[in-house]
Amino acid sequence: MSNGTLTVFIAIGVILSAAASIFAQDDILRAHGLLMTVIMFIGMLVVIVLSDYRPAHSRPSRKDDSPYMDDVVRFGVIATVFWGVVGFLAGVAIAAQLAWPQLNIEPYFNFNRLRPLHTSAVIFAFGGNALIATSFYVVQRTCRARLFGGDLAWFVFWGYQFFILLAATGYLVGATQSKEYAEPEWYTDIWLTIVWVAYLIVFMGTVINRKEPHIYVANWFYMAFIITVAMLHIVNNLSVPVSFLGGKSYSAFSGVQDALTQWWYGHNAVGFFLTAGFLGIMYYFIPKQANRPVYSYRLSIVHFWSLIFLYIWAGPHHLHYTALPDWASSLGMVFSIMLWMPSWGGMINGLMTLSGAWDKLRTDPVLRMMVIAVAFYGMSTFEGPMMSIKSVNSLSHYTDWTIGHVHSGALGWNGMITFGAIYYMVPKLWGREQLYSLRLVDWHLWLATIGIVIYASVMWVAGITQGLMWREYDDQGFLVNSFIDTVSAVHPEYVLRAFGGLLYLSGALLMAYNVYKTVTVGARRTEPVGAAGKQLEPAE
Amino acid sequence: MATNDHDSHEIDELSGTQTTGHEWDGIKELDTPMPRWWVRTFYATIVIAFCYVIYYPAIPLIETSTVGVSGVTARGTVEEKLAAVKRDKSKLDVKLANTALENVRNDDQLYRYAVAGGESLYKVYCTQCHGSGAQGAVGYPNLNDDDWLWGGDLDAIRTTIAHGVRNDADDDTRLSMMPSFGRDGILSNTEISSVVEYVLKMSAKDHNPKRAIDGKAIFAENCASCHGDDGLGNRDLGAPNLADALALYGNDRQSLTRQIIAPRHGVMPPWLKRLGEPKVRQLAFYIHSLGGGETAK
Repeated sequence: MSNGTLTVFIAIGVILSAAASIFAQDDILRAHGLLMTVIMFIGMLVVIVLSDYRPAHSRPSRKDDSPYMDDVVRFGVIATVFWGVVGFLAGVAIAAQLAWPQLNIEPYFNFNRLRPLHTSAVIFAFGGNALIATSFYVVQRTCRARLFGGDLAWFVFWGYQFFILLAATGYLVGATQSKEYAEPEWYTDIWLTIVWVAYLIVFMGTVINRKEPHIYVANWFYMAFIITVAMLHIVNNLSVPVSFLGGKSYSAFSGVQDALTQWWYGHNAVGFFLTAGFLGIMYYFIPKQANRPVYSYRLSIVHFWSLIFLYIWAGPHHLHYTALPDWASSLGMVFSIMLWMPSWGGMINGLMTLSGAWDKLRTDPVLRMMVIAVAFYGMSTFEGPMMSIKSVNSLSHYTDWTIGHVHSGALGWNGMITFGAIYYMVPKLWGREQLYSLRLVDWHLWLATIGIVIYASVMWVAGITQGLMWREYDDQGFLVNSFIDTVSAVHPEYVLRAFGGLLYLSGALLMAYNVYKTVTVGARRTEPVGAAGKQLEPAE
Repeated sequence: MATNDHDSHEIDELSGTQTTGHEWDGIKELDTPMPRWWVRTFYATIVIAFCYVIYYPAIPLIETSTVGVSGVTARGTVEEKLAAVKRDKSKLDVKLANTALENVRNDDQLYRYAVAGGESLYKVYCTQCHGSGAQGAVGYPNLNDDDWLWGGDLDAIRTTIAHGVRNDADDDTRLSMMPSFGRDGILSNTEISSVVEYVLKMSAKDHNPKRAIDGKAIFAENCASCHGDDGLGNRDLGAPNLADALALYGNDRQSLTRQIIAPRHGVMPPWLKRLGEPKVRQLAFYIHSLGGGETAK
């Protein structure tokens, strides 16, 4: 996409936001429109200033001699690193707010508004960009076909960044429909739908144009992710805006139907966004990094279809012991239990792909990172079915145990596999022999791993403490603790949680530096990681 | 294309397993069979799921759902448990509601029950305003001391809890309204500051002696009818004792001035209709036991 086209698009955006702000029927859209106008105007100026105005023939030629469209992947990798750091920072900020409530800055930077900012930044901005960038990278190479649709891929990239901006700024001014992980209001939802359909077209078009007889397993997972997320997003966000120029809408569902739709969506955002999509990442990057064949083709087929079929029914386990009828709750639970092995199929295929190449773990910190990711995947996909069992859930639900579970999955699995993929792609995308520093990768690995372990263990302690205190009765059958007692009881864990998050954030900052240096200078001359003097060699 | 698939089924040297013959960007796939333990565990979870579905309500029908062999439902279980709790407690509750307040202490079991129940209720309904340690806050009385606004014997505490303070929803609510001496122009600013100096003098704080003398006369005329000639307060009217070191809204010069110009009239919900007599009594015994409880005169 040329800078000229981009400028025109942003200019249209500026005009539309300004119009939305001027004619807005409520304060939310007025503020949101104004904020977007300012941001996009600045963005437009940046594009204009950075553009190269020399005539085409005198510009340094950037001939793309690769058969693949990789510029958009490069942008995607940078966006992933950037949003990762932003999202982790927001996480550390809200963890600190929970530990020290004085840090809540009213009204724009209180916990209520920063919390969706954190979850959306890590899931949709960091995770979403990782999925888009890797899927574009993987689908071209495993199909031996250039991305379908030309500049449509650029529209997907920039359109998605625009969605992130719309969502994030919306939270700060108070635009929310109060659905977890689906907070953005109706106008942001419509925009995302358009972008997502374009993404589907680019991806499917490329698969259809493939020059390989079969579709690689990673692409099955990416397709399942793109199609299902489109369905989930549209159904859960069905709503009626109060006004065409208002920032408020009401859901098409109400009561327990609304709750069930929301958790059908919420659970499958985990299932298809954070599991299926990231399994796509795993299925390409682990065999490539380990230089080994995928362990079992049959297992990949069976676990793919069983995962896809079972995941979609498991949502009701988020609503045990609520107004949800018993039968729905029971089905949600048994489908979650049956989901255990299909989830582990991915773990087995990831880990066992290393069979015969385990020694590489000693010398290759990138591969180590991917393996730790798969290990955390295995752990949280066991923990999930366990927590879905009603009697376990009656203890764990509404406590920080759930937060710990989500983070061992998100930081351990999604984060680490993404870091691994980034470390794999960056040297290749920018034509470098290897990363700037493998030592920094090792530091990142340990900081992140220790951070996650601290985070998950203190949340187990905090969650079980809360769960037990909430249900504590004295010998005469009276409740022992007030709610505030259970809040002050977990203060030390909250402080440690913020510390664990800080470690994870520092690891990500090292990655950002490492990526920056790899792009700008290439490999740093240094001793290889591990015993001094030993060379990095692939195992025989 | 697919034609040479068969020829490319090579053997992977490291594992000795055949590949499927497919290759994408250098990635091959082994034709390893699925791990037995994996398949068996998967089947086992499916069997467990089927058993669970038969045992518990699980299959939706048109109007309702299957009840399951066990007949257990989440709602039914809660109702049973609640009924059991009610049954266990009803005997003591009835006894508590029908025993004269001053006699409860003679029945050890009943008294212990009342205080424990009150503590539990306090944690749910009262901590929000009075604090988790009953320490109170500005505008919310401390319940540990003996500085009572409406009386500190069992009956007075029970009445305050049952009917609340200045609450329109209850006809028997505790009611008193200190006039807005400043805002309504009953006293001039100079007069108010003189009264403040006098009140400061009563609670033995730093004050201006000359102004306090003026204040004494104004106090006798305007304030003594409720707060008493010596400022010791009147619990029948909810008029606070001004001669001690405690004050609901602060007893520094500025807070006192503000309170005389335009007093704040705090409210408290009436709990009798919501909780019932036994629970209100439990709360009364708990509050009474905190340290400031008085004996009825």
